[in-house]
Amino acid sequence: MDYIMAFIIGGFICLIGQILIDTTKLMPAHVLVIFIVLGVLLSSIGLYQPLVDIGKAGAIIPLTGFGHTLVTGVIEDTDKYGLLGVFTGALGASAAGITSAVVFGYIMAVIFNPKSK
Amino acid sequence: MVKKLTKEQQDFQQYINKKKPKPPYIKNAFFAFLVGGFICTIGQFILNFYISLGLTFKEAGAPTSATMVFIGALLTGLGIYDDIGKIAGAGSVVPITGFANSIVSPAMEFKREGYVFGVAAKMFVVAGPVLVYGLTSSFIVGLIYYLFKL
Repeated sequence: MDYIMAFIIGGFICLIGQILIDTTKLMPAHVLVIFIVLGVLLSSIGLYQPLVDIGKAGAIIPLTGFGHTLVTGVIEDTDKYGLLGVFTGALGASAAGITSAVVFGYIMAVIFNPKSK
Repeated sequence: MVKKLTKEQQDFQQYINKKKPKPPYIKNAFFAFLVGGFICTIGQFILNFYISLGLTFKEAGAPTSATMVFIGALLTGLGIYDDIGKIAGAGSVVPITGFANSIVSPAMEFKREGYVFGVAAKMFVVAGPVLVYGLTSSFIVGLIYYLFKL
């Protein structure tokens, strides 16, 4: 059941991205930026958590889920450490994702070369 | 800065817009849904694996993201992810594997410019803006939350 819901919710979020790309002049990079900010906004008004409860990985894996992680981190740390938490929360919660993106990204870019077209 | 177009230029613009092929909306949307959904299903599989190791649902999110980033980066290095992207469009862009792709792809491309200004700098062509807007907006949310709690 988890798998079906992840497929549907995740697929639907990507579908919205595709419609944005096809019907506007937005580039994929714009869509990524819009989606992370959208995740932050939806999460901050409490609308993203229900989506995570239903879709599980389907809501976590899209970049909106990354925005959600940032916000939950900020809120948690602000509760714990006050104003300092506003600064530490987002990166603390997303540390695994960001560090792995930088390190794995660097290693892969060094090892591999682009396919000749 | 938008320059005022002359009458001829406007006509030409309209002509171009009419001739430009319309993207196959339905087909693109279908494949974006299919591939995006499939990537998230793989993510669910990995998430369940970490939960089976004893992590809670909330704790399992971080290692799942890291694993998906690794897969995305590896497939980009092998040249497979771009092939998927040609069919899937946003279905391969929006998941976090697409974030990894946006890091590895330009970094590989600009390797000849060196390991500092090439690889390391170009890694953040897309990832940089994503982090800037993600962190700034979540910072603002945190600040508002903090002020309202006082």
